[in-house]
Amino acid sequence: MSKAAELAALIGSQTALSNRNLIINGAMQVAQRGTSTSSVTGNGYHACDRWKFDTTDESTLTISQATDVPSGKGFANSFKMDVTVAESSVASDDQTFLNHRIEGQNLQQLKKGTSSAESVTVSFYVKSTKTGTFCLELEDKDNSRHISKQYSVSASDTWEFKTITFDGDTTGTLDNDNGESLRLKFWLVAGSDFTSGTLATSWASITNANAAVGQVNAFDSTSNNWLITGIQLEVGEQATPFEHRSFADELIKCQRYFELIGYALGRAVSTTQAEVNSAFKVDKRAAPTITLKETSSAIAEFLRSAANITSLDSTYNSQTTHCGNRLTSSDTGMNSGELVSVIKPDSLAADAEL
Amino acid sequence: MEELNITSAKYVRGLSGELVSVMIVVDGETMGVPMDPANRHYAEIQRQVEAGDLTIADADD
Repeated sequence: MSKAAELAALIGSQTALSNRNLIINGAMQVAQRGTSTSSVTGNGYHACDRWKFDTTDESTLTISQATDVPSGKGFANSFKMDVTVAESSVASDDQTFLNHRIEGQNLQQLKKGTSSAESVTVSFYVKSTKTGTFCLELEDKDNSRHISKQYSVSASDTWEFKTITFDGDTTGTLDNDNGESLRLKFWLVAGSDFTSGTLATSWASITNANAAVGQVNAFDSTSNNWLITGIQLEVGEQATPFEHRSFADELIKCQRYFELIGYALGRAVSTTQAEVNSAFKVDKRAAPTITLKETSSAIAEFLRSAANITSLDSTYNSQTTHCGNRLTSSDTGMNSGELVSVIKPDSLAADAEL
Repeated sequence: MEELNITSAKYVRGLSGELVSVMIVVDGETMGVPMDPANRHYAEIQRQVEAGDLTIADADD
């Protein structure tokens, strides 16, 4: 049988030909928040969209969208963590991982909690200075259950392909809603609270001690880097080739959770303040949090010269489709009722991440 | 593990006068958080209020 026939048979036997990757931005193409963040010491979404870094350890990182990728696989970007301050002494309660959070309504095909529960397979390319055992955990957030598997990094600073299959879980259905139901966790640092038990290689109620048994300290030296790309989570027991999506398709998927706003229209309510409204390009998962991202020449009034936004004063409306915000401008000569437009790209951000 | 370091919080009224959001300051950044339980920042605000760690100031009239 030809390779193409083998692939067609494999794909046809277990899952759809398209939209089989349940991960958004698995190729790390989209980085709306910026391509690099330095001095990262805490939790947050940095660089590549949809990938959240959670940490309690003492390390400091530069997190970036990198162009270091596995050769010949069709990837242009990876997610890179560069250790700038090492975690030299792991505390018992330290837990650090890169994670991806998935809505329950996008996971109903897993048939979790039924006798027909599907296995899933995770595949990815990883490049790590630190070699040894790493843990990959799936957490069911609706039923407080988990399963965890180990993978090994054999060669330092070398791209390696990994594939890990998790059994289906006949216990605990996933909510069919917009909340987080499943969390994929790439462990990087784990204290004894998370390593002292027996690895939960079968689905079970969450026991912290069974989450990351054997996990090395990936951040124990400032020489260390950890990079990942090509992450695919799919139904079935075999990894299929990575489902490459266009940048535009991936961006739209990401914007359900985070979007930069470059245009708003409203009116002046005082000499320095305006209330402006924006429609989102993509409906949000939930009503989003609004932040001011760009303060340079961001506000321009009709019939006036451009001025800066100096603060976000209030968010008087935030829905899944649009938002309304009161902003203060450096322009002190506005007239109440005057039409105002904000026309600076990326001036506000709407965040509906899980 | 969200654990926002919220240094101030204040309710905001919508155009009809009802409470619609909470303006918070986190590490010096101002955030407008809608009162939607599915919003992760609002969920954390609720957690801190229930734990007695955060008090939200009244909205302006």
